[in-house]
Amino acid sequence: MSTATTTAMAYQDRRGILGTLGRDGLLQIILIANTIIMLAPIVIMVFSAFKTTPQIFQSPFGIPDFTQVSNFVKIWTQTNFLRYLLNSFVVTGASMALILTLGTMAAYAIGRYAFTGSNFILMFFLAGLTLPLKLAIIPLFMLMRDLSILNNQLSLIFVYTAMGLPTTVFIMTGFIRTLPNELEDAARMDGASEARIMWSIMLPLVRPAMVIAGIQNVVPIWNDFFFPLVFIQNDDLKTLPQGLTTFMGEYTTDWGVLFSGLTLSAAPIILIYIVLSRQFIAGMTSGAVK
Amino acid sequence: MPKLRMTGRGLWITFLIVPPLAFVALFIVYPIISAFAYAFFDWQGLKRLDFVGLENFHTVLFVEPYRSWTLNAFKNNIIVFFALMVLQNGLGFILAYALWRELPGARFHRIAVFLPVVLSTIIVAYLFKLFYHPLFGVVNISLRGLGLDGLAQPWLGQSGTALWSIIAAQAWHMVGFPTLVFLAGMQRIPGEILDAVRMETESEWVKITQIVWPLVAPSATIVFTLLFVGAFNWFELPYIMGGLDGSPFGSTDVLGLYFYRTAFGNVSAGQQDFGLGSALAVLIFLFIAAIATVITVRLRAREIQI
Repeated sequence: MSTATTTAMAYQDRRGILGTLGRDGLLQIILIANTIIMLAPIVIMVFSAFKTTPQIFQSPFGIPDFTQVSNFVKIWTQTNFLRYLLNSFVVTGASMALILTLGTMAAYAIGRYAFTGSNFILMFFLAGLTLPLKLAIIPLFMLMRDLSILNNQLSLIFVYTAMGLPTTVFIMTGFIRTLPNELEDAARMDGASEARIMWSIMLPLVRPAMVIAGIQNVVPIWNDFFFPLVFIQNDDLKTLPQGLTTFMGEYTTDWGVLFSGLTLSAAPIILIYIVLSRQFIAGMTSGAVK
Repeated sequence: MPKLRMTGRGLWITFLIVPPLAFVALFIVYPIISAFAYAFFDWQGLKRLDFVGLENFHTVLFVEPYRSWTLNAFKNNIIVFFALMVLQNGLGFILAYALWRELPGARFHRIAVFLPVVLSTIIVAYLFKLFYHPLFGVVNISLRGLGLDGLAQPWLGQSGTALWSIIAAQAWHMVGFPTLVFLAGMQRIPGEILDAVRMETESEWVKITQIVWPLVAPSATIVFTLLFVGAFNWFELPYIMGGLDGSPFGSTDVLGLYFYRTAFGNVSAGQQDFGLGSALAVLIFLFIAAIATVITVRLRAREIQI
C-alpha cells in the first residue's frame, strides 16, 4: 500500500516537474546561473580594484574596504591614463559628430528626393556594410601616410567615420522614407527653402533613428583597438584600449593597480549602459534585427 | 524658371550626397580595391617594387615555412568557429528561449547577459588573462578551493588548453549578442501560432524543434553569418592573451594575427612584408566572402514567411 502511494506520488511529482512549473523552474535556474557567470568577472574586477596586491592573492573573492582608493590615486598621479581617457573622448566625439552629420545628409538625400542614381548610391553605401575593413589595413596605412596623418588622431576619426556611415545611412534612410510628406509639402507651398525644410521640419523628426544609429556606432568606436594599434605610436595620442596595453605592460606585478585600470576603463560604458540599457540593446542589435 | 529650380535642387542634393560618398570611397572602397592590387607586387618596406603576378599567393600557400603557418592558423580559425557556434550561438538560443518566457527577473537577466558585450575586447582580454594566471588567477584558486588541485593548470601556457581558454573568454564576452537577436526573433512569432501549437502538443521539444526554431530562421541566418565573419577576423583576444606569435608554439595563432604579423612585422622577426601580407588579406577576404554568401543563401532558403 505504502509503496503504491509513494509510486503514485513520485509519478505525480514527476509530472509536476515536467509540467509548467518545473519547466519554468529549470529555465529560471539556467538564467540565474548564467547571470552569475556574466556578472562574477565584473564584480571580481571591481572588488579587486580596491584591494592591495597581497589582499587579491589571499582572498580574491572577499569584499574589500571601498574607502581604500590608493590604486586609483596611483593611476591618477603616476600614469598617462587620464590622457588616454581624454583622447578616447575626443576621437569618439569627433567621429560621432561626423557620422551623424554626414549620415543624415546622405540618408536625407536618398530617402527624401527621387533622383537618378539614388538606388545605386544606396547600394554603394550598403556595400561597405559587410566588408571587413581590417583586411584593407595595409592600403589604409599607406593612405594615411600619404595624407601625412599617421600618428595623428585624424586618421582614426576618418576611418571610423567611413566605417560608421554605411550602417547610419542604412538605418536613417529606412526611417526617413517612412516620414509623411504633408508637413514638407505644406512648408514648400509656403516658400520655405529645401535647407530650411530639412533643418527645421524633418530633422527634429529623425532623432529616434539618430539615437539608434549613434549607439550602434559609438560602442565599437569607443572600444576599438586595431586601428590605433596600426596608426598611432605617440603615447600622448593613444586611445583608452590602446593605452591600456601600455599600462598593463608597465604594472605587470601590481595587480591592484591593474584591476583598478581595468575598472576605470570599463566604468564609463558600464554606467551609461545601465542607464540606457534598452537603447543600447536596440542600437547594437539593430543591424541584425529587422 | 522651372529649369533654374531644378538646378537648385540638383545642387542641394549634390551638396548633401557628395561629402559622405567621398568618405566611403576614400577610406573603404579605395583601400579594399588597393589591397587586391598590392598583392601582385613585390614590396620592400613601404616601397613598391616589381609586378610579380601570383608569386605572393604561391608563397603563402605552398612555400615553407609560410605554408605550415597558413594551414595552422586556418585550422585554428575553424576550431574557433565551430566552438563558438556551440558556446555562443547554441547557448544564446537556449538563453533566448528562457528569457522569452518572461519569468520573474527576466528584465534583469536580459540586461546582465548583454553587459559584457558593451565592454572593450581589450578589457575582457586582460581581465581573463589575470583570471587564468597559474598561481594567483581566480580560476585556479577556485579549483584548489574546491579540492580539485589536479585540474589547476597554466591555462594559457600550454598548447592543449590555450586556444580553448581564449575561446571561453570570447563566449563570455559575446554570448549576449546572439541571445538578444534570437529573443527578438522569438518575440516576433505571432501569438495565434503559439496558441495553435499549444492545442496540438504538450511537448516542449516538439515546440522548439518544429515551431520556434524554423520561425527564428532569419535571426539564425544573421547570427551565423556574423559569427563566421567574426571568427575569421578574430584578432584582439588572441593578440592580448596569446601574444603576437600565437604562443605557446602557435597554438593560438589565427589568420588575423598571422596577417598582421606578416604585414607589420613583429619584435622577434622584425621583417615586414606588404606583398605577402596583402596576398593573405586577399585570400582571407575571398574565403570569407565566398563562404558567407553560401551560408546566407543556404540559410535564407530555409526561412519561411509567416
